[in-house]
Amino acid sequence: MTAIDQEAALLERIRAGDKAACGECVELHSPGVYRLALRMMRNEAEAEDVVQETFLSAFKAIDAFEGRAGLSTWLYRIAYNAALMRLRRVQPLVVSVDEPLELEDGTEVPRELHDWCCLPERDFETAEARTELERAIHELPEKLRAVFVLRELEGLTTEQAAEALDLSADNVKTRLHRARLWLRERLSGYFAELARVREESAT
Amino acid sequence: MSPHECRHLLGDLSEYLDGEASAELCAEIERHLADCEDCRVVIDTLRKTVLLYHDLPRPGLPAGARERLFKALDLPI
Repeated sequence: MTAIDQEAALLERIRAGDKAACGECVELHSPGVYRLALRMMRNEAEAEDVVQETFLSAFKAIDAFEGRAGLSTWLYRIAYNAALMRLRRVQPLVVSVDEPLELEDGTEVPRELHDWCCLPERDFETAEARTELERAIHELPEKLRAVFVLRELEGLTTEQAAEALDLSADNVKTRLHRARLWLRERLSGYFAELARVREESAT
Repeated sequence: MSPHECRHLLGDLSEYLDGEASAELCAEIERHLADCEDCRVVIDTLRKTVLLYHDLPRPGLPAGARERLFKALDLPI
């Protein structure tokens, strides 16, 4: 059976009210949905609530699911909307103050131009480096975050991410690119400094 | 960054990194990179940034969350 056939079979069982099938669906898809929710909400308890809400809504609306986009994409879409609703409830229409400098076409201008690729591999594998990576995602502007998580961390295609987030494919590409540039700039603050320290101690 | 050409190419760097740029665009970017140290640094560090994120572990649900979820959904554990 192909993955598509397996999903169709699982959907049929869920539609027939089979609780074990619902359990299988939760088992399979809750980790990814949780990771998206956690990156959006930046709070574990809130992320868990979003996951619960997602599956409750999904099972309730399962008859309306057309199967066009794939089950996981559909679940990400429900989760994303649930997370957005919650965020809007907490901070309606707040514009992020940490938005980086933008060009007219929406592209950030790189400012940190020190080359840190030459750092030894072990410098990228430390707990401190890992913390920097996590903190950078945490601080990513909200409108870039979901695209980044789905495309770069969860491995969705441009088309799947566009479907999940209700954006055009071009918009997904642009936001992903801006997210990467933003993260490069943010990480450069840490890694370029480390590279300078290494270079100084080598001379 | 020297303003014009660098900015012109900046928006296309992800496409280039992902191997989705046209042959024509690749050639244009590579021509520019040969002469522009700043853009070489930007593209190298951008590529490294992407690699670092791809290597991040993907954690599952935290302890107890699976049970709470199944309970909330009234599903057999």
